[in-house]
Amino acid sequence: MGKTMFEKIWNEHIVSESEGEPALIYIDLHLIHEVTSPQAFEGLRLQNRSVRRPELTISTVDHNIPTDETRDQEIKDPIARQQVEALRENCRDFGITLYDVDNSSQGIVHVIGPEQGYTQPGMTIVCGDSHTSTHGAFGALAFGIGTSEVEHVLATQTLRQYKPKTMQIDFIGEIPLGVSAKDMILATIGKIGTAGGTGHVIEYTGAPIKSLNMEGRMTICNMSIEAGARAGMISADETTFKWMKGRKFVPKGTEYDKVLEKWGTYKTDEDAIYDSKVQIDCNELEPYVSWGTNPGQVCKISDYVPYPEDFEDQVDKESASRAIDYMGLKSGTKIQDIKIDRAFIGSCTNARLDDLREAAKLVKGKKVSNHVRAQVMPGSTLTKILAEKEGLDSIFIEAGFEWRNSGCSMCLGMNPDILSPEERCASTSNRNFEGRQGKGGRTHLVSPTMAAAAAIEGTFVDVRNWGIE
Amino acid sequence: MEKFYKHEGIVAPLDRANVDTDQIIPKQFLKRIERTGFGEYAFFDWRYLEDGVLNPDFILNKPKYKNATILVSGKNFGSGSSREHAPWALFEMGFKVIIAPSFADIFRNNCMQNGLLTITLDISMVDQIMANSIKENNYLIKVNLEEQSIKDDYGFTSKFNIDPFRKECLIEGFDDIDLSFKLQDKIEKFESNRISRW
Repeated sequence: MGKTMFEKIWNEHIVSESEGEPALIYIDLHLIHEVTSPQAFEGLRLQNRSVRRPELTISTVDHNIPTDETRDQEIKDPIARQQVEALRENCRDFGITLYDVDNSSQGIVHVIGPEQGYTQPGMTIVCGDSHTSTHGAFGALAFGIGTSEVEHVLATQTLRQYKPKTMQIDFIGEIPLGVSAKDMILATIGKIGTAGGTGHVIEYTGAPIKSLNMEGRMTICNMSIEAGARAGMISADETTFKWMKGRKFVPKGTEYDKVLEKWGTYKTDEDAIYDSKVQIDCNELEPYVSWGTNPGQVCKISDYVPYPEDFEDQVDKESASRAIDYMGLKSGTKIQDIKIDRAFIGSCTNARLDDLREAAKLVKGKKVSNHVRAQVMPGSTLTKILAEKEGLDSIFIEAGFEWRNSGCSMCLGMNPDILSPEERCASTSNRNFEGRQGKGGRTHLVSPTMAAAAAIEGTFVDVRNWGIE
Repeated sequence: MEKFYKHEGIVAPLDRANVDTDQIIPKQFLKRIERTGFGEYAFFDWRYLEDGVLNPDFILNKPKYKNATILVSGKNFGSGSSREHAPWALFEMGFKVIIAPSFADIFRNNCMQNGLLTITLDISMVDQIMANSIKENNYLIKVNLEEQSIKDDYGFTSKFNIDPFRKECLIEGFDDIDLSFKLQDKIEKFESNRISRW
């Protein structure tokens, strides 16, 4: 019987396995940031342990750092500053590469990994961050871990894991004009629920997936965790190789030809069997907007805020009722009548160059609504530089957007970028949990074009009617 | 890691599905560089009012649950962010066991690394425990990890599943890194055959 892409990569990385125990698997790339690593280094120091392969861990600062003009100064919040300084000290002491705030390779950890060419097909990649699933877009097995596991990887370059199950999410049909990768994944989570993928690694397949560029594929894999999955994967193809070629850490010359051959083998065999399968028909998709407080609570732009009694399951009824209350919405309200206060284009889900280009196309020559504060936080410093070369910054600035620096920023509001209580935000990020973007803040998850259009109209609009080419 | 063998404690109900780790420990408290100091901030937005006073309406603030050490909650508990600060906060708040119909994968792994036992039971059983903990005062449950059983004094009894490896780690208080160091020769062998990526 054939093997899935996941099984091929898993098998290649088994260091040790015995009956009834989790396998010990080797980790090719370990990414760290300031928030989930300090206690891991503290653990190493307490036990007098070293980092086994410091060259396989890459570090950056992204969660805490300011995105405004105070970025180059010391961080004002003393506890956040201490955390960033702890990372600097840990990287220095243990010999780990750090892309610090003043480095052009700095950025959100899941943006810089692929951008610098660290992320490659067939790899095992982990990070103390649930959105590590992003890297699966390159045909890698990538997943988030906790701090104790970060310590384990630092000390042994391995991880103990039970073999997850596999799930195929097969997209069919054609992606309608104005529907983006973000809408595809929001629709998927809406369908299978926030625990639909628990215990599974998802492989996204089908012609619509293969028609997406790498930015779109990363958006999809990024939000696999919001469906509860361990990881999300898309097999590498010409689109992948073309995107990767010439990046800093991708092999060059004859070495490149050699790896390309190997990378091509990370594909699911035709006769392989997944543990479960879901099908999504793209013809039925529209732009999506989340109305609730988890990423499964979404609806189409043409829809209305649901009534709790619309849900069959008692638990879902209660969740919907609580969510609608928290979000300050009324059941039956047209999604396009919901007025927003803020727009945030950023995060590891949607702040790559192509995301910014798509949003800029819509924004060009228009003005942000006078009751909306709109911000763009590019995913990395390099993304920012490249966007500026194309003049995207002026398009956003002329329209009334704030053009900021890179970082996780308002996706989780660990730095000063947060919502005030009851502020309503069209956000390209990944989580609409209560208080995620600031206590009492109300987050609606949307695609970059939907956030841009909402910023201009002041309410949610259907970007399909906005004449996208 | 603290050893876990048996535990008897008061049950507190948190009757919500999809309790995410952002609720368990909000982001503004993730800036500490220690593993401790998170307990007082657990469930911060639900637990405290604007002025920092305990919210009397939040169930875990009710006097009858003050000394609770077992938390029972809805499906998909611990979803979202991978922050291990969530189990640290729950542990420091006094919880030793969490019972739910299902857990998010990373949260569950993180609990196991910290001697915090997660028990998955059928939703009907979870509902029964939840109802008892609301109805009775000082509703106690006895958890026996060795026997993989839980019971109360009102006739409720159930077995639960746990994989043998994690069970042994919890009972013995094993450190995963120590265990993996024993496989050092295998790691070295793997590395000697591994092709460098960059």
